[in-house]
Amino acid sequence: MGLKSYVKKNAYYDSVVLMQVTKELKKSEDINEVIVGMGTALNKELAGNLGLLTDEVKATTQNDFFVSLDGEDTVDMDEVLNKITELLNKKKTSGDEDYRPATLKSALKVMPEANLALFSIPGEYAYEEVKKALDENLHVMLFSDNVTMDEEKKLKDYAKEKGLLMMGPDCGTAIINHTPLAFANVIKPGNIGIVGAAGTGTQEVSVLIDKFGGGTSQVIGTGGRDLKEQIGGTMMLMGFEALEADDETEVIVLISKPPHESIAKKILERVKECKKPVVVDFIGGDTEMIKSYGAHACISLEDAAQKAVALAKGNTPEDFTGFSMDEGAVDEMVEKEVQKYRNTQKYVRGLYTGGTLADEAMMVLTESLKAVYSNKPKSPEFKLEDVFKSRENTIIDLGEDEFTLGKPHPMIDPSARVERMKQEGSDENVAVVLMDMVLGYGSHEDPAGEMIESVKEAKDSMASKGGHLTVVASVCGTEGDPQDLKATEQKLKDAGVILMPSNAQAVKFVDKIMKRIS
Amino acid sequence: MSKINELFDSELKVINLGLESFSDDLKLQKKAVVHVEWRPVAGGNKKLSSILNQL
Amino acid sequence: MLKEKIEQANKEAIEKLFKAQPTLIGLGTAEQDIPNMNKKTILHAGPPVKWEKMSGPLKGAIMGGLIYEGLAKDEEEAIKLAESGEITFDSCHHHSAVGPMAGVVTASMPVWIVENTTFGNKAYCTLNEGLGKVLRYGAYSEEVIERLNWIEKTLAPVLKATLALSGPIDLQTMIAQVIQMGDEGHNRNKAGTSLMIRELAPYLVQTSFDSQVKSDVLTFMHGNDHFFLNLTMPAFKSSLDPLENTPYCTLVYTMARNGTEFGIRVAGIGNRWFTAPAEVIDGLFFPGFTKEDANPDIGDSVICETAGAGGFAMAAAIPIVQFVGGTPQDAINFTKSMYEITQGENASFKVPVLDFKGTPTGIDIRKVVETGILPVINTGIAHKDAGVGQVGAGLVRPPMKCFEEALEAFAESVGIS
Repeated sequence: MGLKSYVKKNAYYDSVVLMQVTKELKKSEDINEVIVGMGTALNKELAGNLGLLTDEVKATTQNDFFVSLDGEDTVDMDEVLNKITELLNKKKTSGDEDYRPATLKSALKVMPEANLALFSIPGEYAYEEVKKALDENLHVMLFSDNVTMDEEKKLKDYAKEKGLLMMGPDCGTAIINHTPLAFANVIKPGNIGIVGAAGTGTQEVSVLIDKFGGGTSQVIGTGGRDLKEQIGGTMMLMGFEALEADDETEVIVLISKPPHESIAKKILERVKECKKPVVVDFIGGDTEMIKSYGAHACISLEDAAQKAVALAKGNTPEDFTGFSMDEGAVDEMVEKEVQKYRNTQKYVRGLYTGGTLADEAMMVLTESLKAVYSNKPKSPEFKLEDVFKSRENTIIDLGEDEFTLGKPHPMIDPSARVERMKQEGSDENVAVVLMDMVLGYGSHEDPAGEMIESVKEAKDSMASKGGHLTVVASVCGTEGDPQDLKATEQKLKDAGVILMPSNAQAVKFVDKIMKRIS
Repeated sequence: MSKINELFDSELKVINLGLESFSDDLKLQKKAVVHVEWRPVAGGNKKLSSILNQL
Repeated sequence: MLKEKIEQANKEAIEKLFKAQPTLIGLGTAEQDIPNMNKKTILHAGPPVKWEKMSGPLKGAIMGGLIYEGLAKDEEEAIKLAESGEITFDSCHHHSAVGPMAGVVTASMPVWIVENTTFGNKAYCTLNEGLGKVLRYGAYSEEVIERLNWIEKTLAPVLKATLALSGPIDLQTMIAQVIQMGDEGHNRNKAGTSLMIRELAPYLVQTSFDSQVKSDVLTFMHGNDHFFLNLTMPAFKSSLDPLENTPYCTLVYTMARNGTEFGIRVAGIGNRWFTAPAEVIDGLFFPGFTKEDANPDIGDSVICETAGAGGFAMAAAIPIVQFVGGTPQDAINFTKSMYEITQGENASFKVPVLDFKGTPTGIDIRKVVETGILPVINTGIAHKDAGVGQVGAGLVRPPMKCFEEALEAFAESVGIS
């Protein structure tokens, strides 16, 4: 057993790169525990918890890089360091040895015609840095969270004054001029413009638009809190107005969790004045109110996409409530699954990486199941005591803070869900596991590939106990995405996963199963 | 024309501050991007940061 | 407004630097020509340091210096004398001088005399001994003392006579030329040494010394690529000294290391040193040596980077990556990154591969602290034991602490808390 550390002063690597390096190193058998990172207070605490806080590491500052590991005596430190340097250098795109400026100011010297700044820096520094970008008349996309509501309001008001986009904080998805930014899919160009306050909701709608034969003009993100009372829907309104004035856009879609009533009214008042058809999806919100302002309301993200495409083609939009395939066929599939369950199996476990998709699942399932536990439940009585342990019917959003402390988001690093899948599979009361599979830029290069081992393991585990585990999923991705859509779907099917064409249909399918069980 | 509509009519040119993967993705798509090797001002030291603001 | 005062002061300071005309005007002797110098004073590189705290190479060089001056006859006596308090140790910088590596200057040593003719101030530096076992790496053997004697009794008189014939030599123009010939003035001086020999040769042959002596002198200079370093250093020192005590100026006018500590001085806060432990250089080591053998950073030669040359001009000296590590693109990127922390582009030193942009010059302590980017220094690595010599070369940075403390001191001096 040996505790060894190494420090490199004044070297900076972003947190995601370091976490991926840690993961890679842990694969080595001689290394029991390792932590790789910058000398931040958080990382030192993590090192301490792992028993890896040497004096050398303790003395590091935020500007220094450290590796601390506990391994067998056979661990060759030099070899470890070589491996790390290799991994860190591999992260650089080949041929890209261009100079990287250190500040926004010097970046503007390199590219004076820049028009958008994309920020994913720690939230506590975001306000000052974003303000500098707005000062320079740059549109902004702010991926970071941990920005205060107050700071968000100040930034959005300032952006409004200047007529600039201020997408975020906590904005994960945007497609500007057909360019996916941060976590976004490659969507066929078209005439549907979207303004979304819900990241994966926006992804799902844009992907389904593409699937149904439509395309997008612009996809503007606002960040999750835009429609809260304090913020007032500033960015949703600005985005809406821009799409209204945009020649390429002929249909507008607005997506958000149900806003504060006064804000909903404010938005809908403006929508009323619009000559272009508007589809409004206040996920699970008051559809009558939306209709009363002359907009098209929706019952699911899929429905929003369907309606938008219908309008884009000049057709009359209709509610899409059912399934793509014949309902009879669906019922047959349900029967087939239910037949194989042991009588101990009665629950569903939803393992989601996309927050809005998890919300959609909960919305539908709570209607039939009433008691659906979660780390972010619809009512507080169903909050999980221990978010790492499911209870009865449970839907988990693995992208929430409790799961991402010191770890990358599950869309980047599927391992959190891999572990959870194994856990659910060994619980003999579980009948169904439901999940999303989000592709596109930003996501892992092969999320399906990462999951299938644990899916098979879980299914085998249930089968060995004389039961059957149903695994249902939907893939949020297009042919244009960097991951191979067809291969993704095939991998999942080969592992025995039941694939549905959308999250809404996957949830409805599960809903049928749960109704049959009870 | 509003600045946002002007943006829609121009070539998108991005300055990326933070996660390298975001610039890598843009480069893969052959989009114009400059990656800033961002670090907190004064290494996150609030006292020095406040002094710098005044100088 | 404070910001404006600072911007104005920095602008004026850098213009002063760019107006400098460092000129080689002669060859003198330390005791005669260096201000406040005497037999019992030994000057060294870097900020002031006590004997007990000195590193191996510096102690070795001091011992050698004492033996050379005849004040001690061997190592044992030299140590006793050094410890006794009879000898005054002081920074070269406090005496208008600079010295590479240990930078030891004693009374009898010949020194170049460089004058910044624009402002009339002078700077001094000994003659470079060559490579291997030399005083500046802390060697003090008989061989070293013999060479120092040869320098004093043969090399210096010949060069002094040569300079009497040639007249003053414009170092600013020569340095500007060598930067376009692949030198950076600190760790790569081949072109400079060549140009200087070329400049001196016609006059050297006209002096009245023996042919063999003249030949030995030329051979000596020819055999030492770093001969020119001992001229670039006082050239830069004389160019930077006029910046001292420029109120509201946040630019660095001195950087230096003594093998134990790294020190900087800032134009707007007088001649205070801001010091921190010197870093150990991580670079390319000669066969048989590793980082374990390296002494912490040592020498006044970082005055080159302070003036916009050395590591800051790496993009003009791409072959240096063969000694310090890295790729040609790295060399270019290092220079590019220095623009983030400097006041402006050098008026004389131009980098061909960057479209003849002037080198980044005038380190601003505000920008260093703000960006976290530290000046990049191109340097030789000394063995930590006295007398072994050079064990490698590499890149090193000053400690951030120097800049942070300087910033706090500057803030205090202008009434900010």
